[in-house]
This record gives sequence, C-alpha cells and structure tokens, in this order.
Amino acid sequence: MAQDTQENLPVPPPPAAGAVPVSAFRRLLGELRAAALSAVWFSVLALPLVVFRINSASGRIDYLWGRLPRLAAAAFLATLTWRFLLRRVGFSRVRRAVVEAGGPPPEGARGPEGSWLTLLDRAPAKRAILAAGALLLLSIPFWATPYVVTVMITALIYITLGLGLNIVVGVAGLLNLGYAAFFAVGAYTFALLHANLGLGFWACLPLGALAATLLGLLLGIPILRLSGDYLAIVTLGFAEIVRLVLVNVGFTNGPRGIRNIPPPSLLGIDLNGSVKPLLVPRGLLHADMDLNKVFIYFVILAIVALTVACVFRLENSRLGRAWLALREDEVACQAMGINRTRAKLTAFALGSTWAGLAGVVFASQITFINPQSFTFLTSVMVLSIVVLGGMGSIPGVMIGAVVLILLPEYLREFSDYRMLIFGLIMVVMMVFRPQGIIPSTRRVYIYRPEDHAGAPAGDALPPEGARP
Amino acid sequence: MSGPAPGDPVLSTSGVTMIFGGLTALSDVNFRVERGSITALIGPNGAGKTTFFNCLTGIYRPSRGIMTFSPEPGRSIQLRKLAPDRITRLGVARTFQNIRLFNNLTVLENVLVGCHSRMKAGLLGALLRDRGTRDEERAMAEFSYRLLERYGLAASANHVAKNLPYGAQRRLEIVRALATRPALLLLDEPAAGLNIAETRELDELIRFVREREGLSILLIEHDMSLVMSVSDSVYVLDYGVLIASGPPAEIRRDPKVVKAYLGED
Ligand SMILES: Nc1ncnc2c1ncn2[C@@H]1O[C@H](COP(=O)(O)OP(=O)(O)OP(=O)(O)O)[C@@H](O)[C@H]1O
Ligand SMILES: [Mg+2]
Repeated sequence: MAQDTQENLPVPPPPAAGAVPVSAFRRLLGELRAAALSAVWFSVLALPLVVFRINSASGRIDYLWGRLPRLAAAAFLATLTWRFLLRRVGFSRVRRAVVEAGGPPPEGARGPEGSWLTLLDRAPAKRAILAAGALLLLSIPFWATPYVVTVMITALIYITLGLGLNIVVGVAGLLNLGYAAFFAVGAYTFALLHANLGLGFWACLPLGALAATLLGLLLGIPILRLSGDYLAIVTLGFAEIVRLVLVNVGFTNGPRGIRNIPPPSLLGIDLNGSVKPLLVPRGLLHADMDLNKVFIYFVILAIVALTVACVFRLENSRLGRAWLALREDEVACQAMGINRTRAKLTAFALGSTWAGLAGVVFASQITFINPQSFTFLTSVMVLSIVVLGGMGSIPGVMIGAVVLILLPEYLREFSDYRMLIFGLIMVVMMVFRPQGIIPSTRRVYIYRPEDHAGAPAGDALPPEGARP
Repeated sequence: MSGPAPGDPVLSTSGVTMIFGGLTALSDVNFRVERGSITALIGPNGAGKTTFFNCLTGIYRPSRGIMTFSPEPGRSIQLRKLAPDRITRLGVARTFQNIRLFNNLTVLENVLVGCHSRMKAGLLGALLRDRGTRDEERAMAEFSYRLLERYGLAASANHVAKNLPYGAQRRLEIVRALATRPALLLLDEPAAGLNIAETRELDELIRFVREREGLSILLIEHDMSLVMSVSDSVYVLDYGVLIASGPPAEIRRDPKVVKAYLGED
C-alpha cells in the first residue's frame, strides 16, 4: 500500500438524508388535505355501519344521515392530531442518535423510524411505561374475574404465536400460511404424550417446542427454494395435510379429539385445595377463580417475556440481520456472503418453535383439543396479528394480538356486527397505515469516538493473507 | 501497490459461454483481470456484461467455460459451481446495476450485513449475548463506522438506507461490498444515474478504493470518459462476444469498437 495514501476519501460528505424544508403554510395545507381525505375515506367505509340501521320492528332500513357529519369531523380531528404527534415525536430519536454519533443533527430528518413509538424510547418514560405494564399484568389475576383471566391467557398465547410468526414473516419475509400446523403439533405432542405416557406439562413444554421445530426443519428443507406466493401456497397445503392427518389417524382420536389434558403442576401443590382458601377470604382472589388457570396465566406471561427477550436479541444480532437482509433482497443478501438456505431454514424452524410452545400451553388451558382448533382460520388470525400490529415489530405484534383477541370479546354484545367491525378495522388499517399499528424501527447504533480513542486509525482491512 | 503486475491475474476466464434457451448471451469469453488493476468491460446495451458478472458471482451457472479466481498470488480457485455466498466469502464482491441496498435497514446495518461472514455468533450467541458476541458485535460496528467515515458516509450512519440521496446510495453499495473484504471488486455501472460532478467524484473514489484497500477492480460502465480515465485496460463485449481488448487509448481508436457502438454495417 502506498505510503502517501490519504486516510479518508477526499470528497465532500453527501448531504444527510432528510426532507427538503417546506414552508410552514404549505405543510399546514398538506396536513389539512390529508386529514380531510381520511375523513372522507372513513365516512365512506363507515357508511353501512353508522348510517344504515335495520329497524327490526318494521323490517325496514332507517337512514341516519345526521350521524355522518359528526363522524367525519371526529375522523378529521383524529387524523390531524395523529399526524401532528407523528411529526413531533419523529425527530427526537434520529437527531439524538446522530448527535451522539458525532455527526451534525440532520435538518428536519425524519425517517420511517420516526413514529409515535419513539416516545417509548426516551429512557425514563420507557421504563415507567414498562414497569406500569408489568405491574398491571402481574396483578390481573388478583382482582379480575375468571373470565378476564381466561381471555388474557388466550391473548398471551396469541402474542407468543404472533412473535414466533413474526420471525418468519416479519423479519425473514417468508410468507407462512400454515402456522397453525406447528401450533397443532405442540398441542398434540402434549396431549398424546400425556395420554399415552403420562408425561406432565413441564416435560412436554420443551418436547412440544422441539417437535414443532423438527417439523419446521423437515418441511423447510424441501420448500425453502420457493419464495413469495409459492411458499405461501405450499405452507397452506402443508397445514391442511397436518389437519387431515389429525382427523383421520387413529391414535389422535380423530375429530373427537383428546380430553383431560392436565394443567401445569407447581411442585405438586394442589393449588385449588390448599392455596385458594388462603387467598379468597382476604379478598385477593375471585371466589370462582380456578388457581390452575392463574398458574397457566403466569406461565404464559413468563413465556411471553422470554419470547420478547429472545426475539429482541435475535433481531439485533448477526443472524437477525441476515434474516432482515433476506427479506429486503435475496440476491444482495447472498452477495454479502450469507447462505440463503441456511438463513431461511433457521428462521422457519425457529418461528415454529414458538408455535410449539404456545401449543402446549393452549392444550393445557382448554384441557380438550381436536383438529377444529387448528384450522386455516387460526393461521390467518396469527398472520393478521402480525400484519395489523406491524411486520417485524415486537410491540406492534403485542398490540395486534391484544386488539384482535380482546376486541371480539368486548364486541360480543354487538355480536351481529362483530365480524363487520373486525373486518372494517382491518380495512381501515390497511388503507391508512399499511405498515401496521407500530411499524418496526431499526436499532440505532450509538458510536462515541472517545470510546475508541486507543484504536488504530481505521486500518480496517487486514492484509490479504488474513482472509479465510 | 498500484498499477497492474503483469502475468499475475486475479481473475481469468476461458471459454465462458452462457446460453438462455435459444439466446447465447455470452459466447466463449476469455477474460483477464491483472492483480491490482482497474479493468473495464464495455459494450452496447444487452451485450451480456451483467450476465458475465452474474456468472462470476454464481447467480448464473455458465453453460460452459472455466473461471479462475486467485485471491492472492499462488492460490487459485475454480468459481464455476460455487454458490454466490461462497464466492463472496472467497473474496469477490459486487455492486448491482440497479441499486440493491437493504432499504429498510440503516446505513450502518447495511455495512454490518457485509461483515456477516467474518462474524461467528450463531443462534446461541445471539440468544445469550455472551461476552464474545458482544465484543464481536461492537468491533464490527466500529469497523463499519470507520469504513463509512472513510467514504464520507458516517454522518448518515443511522439513517435508513432508502432515505439517502441517490449518489450516496451508489457509494454505500460500494462500501457495503468492501465490508466483505474482497480481493476483487465488481462494479456494475456505478455511474448510472449520477450527474457530472458525482461522476467525477466516482472517478476519484474508484482510484481511492484500489489504492486504499489494495484490491483489483472490474468495472462495467457506459460513461466513456470515466472508463478512459480510470481503467488500465478495457474489454469490449458485443452480442456476447469479446470483440476487442487492450489499453484504453487503443480501444478508443479500434474500428470494430466504433462500429459496435455506432451500429454501422
Ligand atoms: N435470466 C435471463 N434469462 C433470459 N435471458 C437473459 C437473462 N439474463 C439476461 N438475459 C439476456 O441476455 C442478454 C444480455 O443481458 P445483460 O443484462 O447481460 O446485458 P448488459 O450488457 O448488462 O446490458 P445493459 O448495458 O443494458 O445493462 C440480453 O439479451 C438479456 O435479455
Ligand atoms: Mg447490465
């Protein structure tokens, strides 16, 4: 290498990415137009729900046009505030990171990473919200009704499923429409091992996860040459095959399913017999509460916490970056030295692991499983959670699961309209926020030059011989 | 090291032929890139230049022919039948004619993906985030940051790649390729879409990369002034056939080349 080589390339640094400044008036006009547009859209979409009402007494349709202006105004204001919040909060994260990286603060920089979630990223606020959330979740069984606990368990199971599928679909970009099959494998592993060998929950939890992972590998090897739509169709077919096997094979007891699946045991303590009498008189537990359910609740809560930690670590690792690169561009990903097949396979199998875990918990929660619990609709539900919440985003998936599981429960009173409202929410979301409720944000690496003062001045490429 | 060392090719191919159905996109291409040189590959649209790159990098498998890559003197590897990621790990990196960045990752992460094959952390490392993994992650982040600094992109390190201006995206693609530590860098029309000032910067960038990183460069380019100024030797491809090769000054005067470009009969 020539001695007089300069250290850095002598070209002016390119302007930092960011929006071209627009005058405040123009921006206001743009915001108003966007809000008006969304109000119109919203009104059109909400028309059948809000304006037309079937009068069951007379059997005719009433038209309540008077409601429409109010709805439109509300949509208009909501959009305006939403967009305003988005704009305000968006700046902070990027600017802070870049300042700390030693670069100049970008003028009005706002990447897609700017969203209202960045509010959570301000450390004290974030910690406070996380602590409050954790406290709330931990306390639920001690003040809520059994019904609420049951619904929460379902929601947490779906969060686990959503986070698992998120690795496959959101992070690695492999469209899997047969996720319910892996869920079923987890549940049936537990049910069958218990019925035939008498194994308990704790033995079956890792075995169920392992079975689902192995099945993921087994299926993954032949099909991962496919991508996009083809992959979706094959996974769909595969799930159907698994379901049909469960229906038709003798030892799974066919459509009648398997009963009497036990709850997890806590050191052999009879929770309802010995612990419950201590709690109920002190007002610490609802009298009708099944303590086994409460224990399941804590188990699945712990699993969710573990899952979040795992997925977060995976996403910000060498492996996770390889998956993201795969999602972004397969050809470029290979050109970076990443083994495409291996990356796909790990994502696919690892995603299935969590379906297996969730399956075991699910089986022990409802104590009775049959193939009907694992249909295409289940796969669609989990996929909707991922898409609605925000592909590749952990908090997004959690919110998505809560919305999609809890909403139908609360909408039970409007059971006639339930599916309609459900569908409407999905449509509205896809129109206004296709990136999901909380879009995924990329990790910002903070680089402080003084940390590395002792490092050699960037002689980054070692001599040729050092190459493997 | 600057300038080619004759007789020591970093890449040599012989008889490379690529047939798509009835179309012969490359026919019997014999090619040489001297170690440390900047070699240009030119030719009209559809001549098969990108196809040649795709053969070299394992995206296509040529129907016939031998491709020998020599990452360092005295070592040679047959590229045919190797997978693309394997070829990259051996030391051939490339950029794409249509920019193919990882758009939703940050600039720094794009470069970090390029460091993939030099990192070791696997599934367990990622989950446990043990000391070794953390150290490795940090060392690579620092390496990537310094690389960005060297190429004037550090200020955008935390921006999402798709938000970069076009010229910076082209440059980032080169930096990302450099992160794989190649011995041979393939650039597919790096000047496409750049304005005059940016093209001049690119000219400097290409020379700088060769000097600073000590590697050899093979360049596809339509911008003749860039090709003439930067390259040590030029190959001309027309309808999949090499019609001329030599130093830029000769190529410019070669009647066959003029004819291919102007389309005379
Ligand atoms: N995968 C493929 N299948 C069939 N034909 C192909 C394929 N890839 C390239 N070709 C054909 O091979 C020929 C050479 O294409 P190539 O992209 O290599 O040209 P090029 O020299 O890079 O042109 P340009 O300057 O426009 O980039 C073209 O006729 C193209 O249509
Ligand atoms: Mg081309």
